[in-house]
Amino acid sequence: MTDAAPDSALATTSGPDPAPGSVPGPGPVLEVRDLTVTFRVDDGHAPDVHAVRGVSFDVLPGEVLAVVGESGSGKSVTSLALLGLLGRHATVGGSARLGGAGREPVELIGLERRALQDVRGRRVAMVFQDSAGALDPVFTVGFQLDEMLRRHAPDLTRAQRRERAVELLRLVELPDPAERLRFYPHQFSGGQAQRVMIAMALACDPEVLLADEPTTALDVTVQREVLDVLRRLRERVSTSIVLITHDMGVVADLADRVVVMRGGEVVETAPVRQLFAAPRAAYTRELLAAVPRIGTPDRPSGADGAERPALAFENLVVEYRDRRGRAVRAVDGVTLAVQPGEIVALVGESGSGKSSMGRCALGLAPVTSGSVEVVGTRPGHDTPKAVRAARARIGVVFQNPAASLNPRYSIGESVAEPLRVHAGLRGPELERRTAELLESVELPASWVSRYPHELSGGQLQRVSIARAISLGPDLLIADEPTSALDVSVQATVLELFRQVQQSLGFACLFISHDLAVVDELADRVAVLHQGRLVESGPRARVLGQPEQDYTRRLLAAAPVPDPEAQAARRVAAAC
Amino acid sequence: MSEPLPAAPAAAGSTAASAAAAAPATAPAVARRGVWRTLRRRALFWVSAAVLAVLGLVALVPSAFAGWFGHPDPRACDLASSAQPPGGGHVLGTDVQGCDVWANVVFGTRASLTVGLLCTAVALAVALVVGTLAGYYGGWLDRVVARLTDVFLGFPFLLGAVVVLTSVGSRSAVSVALVLALFSWPTMARLVRGSVRTVRDAPYVEAARAMGLPDRRIIARYVLPNALGPVLAVATIMVGSVIVAESTLTFLGLGLNAPSISWGLQLSSAQSYFQTSPHMLVAPATVLTVTVLAMITLGDVLRDVLDPRGRS
Repeated sequence: MTDAAPDSALATTSGPDPAPGSVPGPGPVLEVRDLTVTFRVDDGHAPDVHAVRGVSFDVLPGEVLAVVGESGSGKSVTSLALLGLLGRHATVGGSARLGGAGREPVELIGLERRALQDVRGRRVAMVFQDSAGALDPVFTVGFQLDEMLRRHAPDLTRAQRRERAVELLRLVELPDPAERLRFYPHQFSGGQAQRVMIAMALACDPEVLLADEPTTALDVTVQREVLDVLRRLRERVSTSIVLITHDMGVVADLADRVVVMRGGEVVETAPVRQLFAAPRAAYTRELLAAVPRIGTPDRPSGADGAERPALAFENLVVEYRDRRGRAVRAVDGVTLAVQPGEIVALVGESGSGKSSMGRCALGLAPVTSGSVEVVGTRPGHDTPKAVRAARARIGVVFQNPAASLNPRYSIGESVAEPLRVHAGLRGPELERRTAELLESVELPASWVSRYPHELSGGQLQRVSIARAISLGPDLLIADEPTSALDVSVQATVLELFRQVQQSLGFACLFISHDLAVVDELADRVAVLHQGRLVESGPRARVLGQPEQDYTRRLLAAAPVPDPEAQAARRVAAAC
Repeated sequence: MSEPLPAAPAAAGSTAASAAAAAPATAPAVARRGVWRTLRRRALFWVSAAVLAVLGLVALVPSAFAGWFGHPDPRACDLASSAQPPGGGHVLGTDVQGCDVWANVVFGTRASLTVGLLCTAVALAVALVVGTLAGYYGGWLDRVVARLTDVFLGFPFLLGAVVVLTSVGSRSAVSVALVLALFSWPTMARLVRGSVRTVRDAPYVEAARAMGLPDRRIIARYVLPNALGPVLAVATIMVGSVIVAESTLTFLGLGLNAPSISWGLQLSSAQSYFQTSPHMLVAPATVLTVTVLAMITLGDVLRDVLDPRGRS
């Protein structure tokens, strides 16, 4: 179901009408003016960091205001500053006036601790990214809701609190809410846990709900479920939502107005349709252009039709033992081959077994039955020596570049490691090759002696790629190589990846959850669901005319970065 | 197998050299980040190193320091001047036997430092080997080590040392240190094991495994350097507690043999007279505290500087 009303109301630039269900009020609920946040670094020995430099925006009654920006733009710091959650190294300046219709206005910045605690949860609530981590695992959800109500609404009786708790869970559309009160957090799925968090945040009818990347950690289909709940919530409660996100698809789906931030400053503020249709700031245009979209034209495949695949899974089954010793099947009879020179994307949600397959190819996961053949060797059958030798012909790029490089190695040492160990290079020859590799991923060769903590995520992922291609691999396994990166960085890293692949011509198993990224890069796509291969085939066919329901669901769940198209999809989905 | 500490500075040095060769323009920036260059800017490093150097010198040639105030012989005691407060010829006073406290503190340095450092070094070495193997490979070795450490931990440390020491014939600082090490390595091994386990599954270790590096290299270059921090911190503190443990054993007549001199012995004999003559306790307690503080500070500074993130 969808509501068309706010869309028409909020397409105007100034003072949109309040959305349905909101308390009609004259002014904004939250008025942020010239907010600044400065962090003292290293007790004043290092220069101060100005994380937020004079940010102003209004939150109108009943609206969803999206604050978008890449990492380091100050969007999260802004929200934390509003609630006084920044700790003692931060100095917050400016003003943030909270005051919904019929409620006492209060200045949040510089508020003393006691008064601030009273505002938190009761008038401004917050939902974080990691919902499972934010719920206390040893108490039932009912108890935690009850505690929240007891703290902020002491005049309710026990029965009233229970009633309210049930009502809240119903509000976020959990089935059998009365029953669910007795559940512990681990009994909920990720999406349900996030919905419980939202219910908890709404317990005291706050004027503003700050949602910091509320769906970022979730799979697309689960994200869809949470976004739907948030969207329908607006018809039922008067709370304004400040949605902090980096995902333009989510913005297009949910937001009424958008604040674009960069480097601690507001670059542009506009209603959502206007922002996507006619972005005024150059940065907004860049940001929108960098978002990958499905529907790239056909391109020739790099596969050279050799008879022997670079990587072949034959009826692969992978089982792990859980804590009680029971076998859990992560991969369930998958057959898949990657030909030399082609990029095969392995797509699926978390728990689909896609990472397990990648790990199997690297010999990091146990093969329960079936077989894996990597660049001509079969781990588990051939001698460990032969398998290790084969590793020299496989490159790996992991998801989190900051964690996959040894923090004690300079980046030069990291890149040189395979050359040193497998190729036995030493001295000036090694230095020359290392410098060449860094230059081939567009990093200055003089950076060899820098350490990982001195580089940004995108630069580190370039280092990872340099390390992976250092021996001219026959096969490259990339496990979500861009999902920890900002969109603009992701775009450049993907571009680099494509160039490198074309010049070196290696086969590649590209593991990803992001269909748009896959669409830009892959020759063939294989969709996994709960350990089984759902569908595989050429990219244009699988993503263009999917044969299986699950693939269609996956495609439909990912929000497209276009409010018009997204609204149309919602209408289509509702029918 | 365990060459983590020397490895880090050496590695940093080699990259500094390679960077200088590759791009001379950035050479000054690189040299600035070397371990030694960073270390020598830290005042705390110089303070703690100086303290330890002086203590080392005292331990090597105590006779050069003992005579500074006119009573060079710690065993030349005069019962008539028992428990005298500081003053006159006895700059730190005399103990209950009438021996010069200063000379005793000076001559006790060697035994105390030997016991403290040797015991810690031996325990650390054993713990590193066993703990790393158990933590990295897991399996039966891990289970054996875990149970073994449980047994050692459940057994009172001192009682164990008492039992073993009574069966040891001649007792010297070295044998006492070894016995203490026998009972203190399991705690350390457990710490190493836990620390190694957290690092073992880090993505960069996985990346190293995926690259097909030999285990030896992964452990020495990837796991240990990143797992050592908390272990070194505990090791520096352990030096102090071992020195005190030696004093307890000696007090029970099981540590160093009778005519020996150590801080521990002084501490244990002084504690019963604490209310009437506190000066007997203050002198050895102070040097012990200074030693431990210097060790801890040096360990802290080193850990900080060996971590690339701590280098400016």
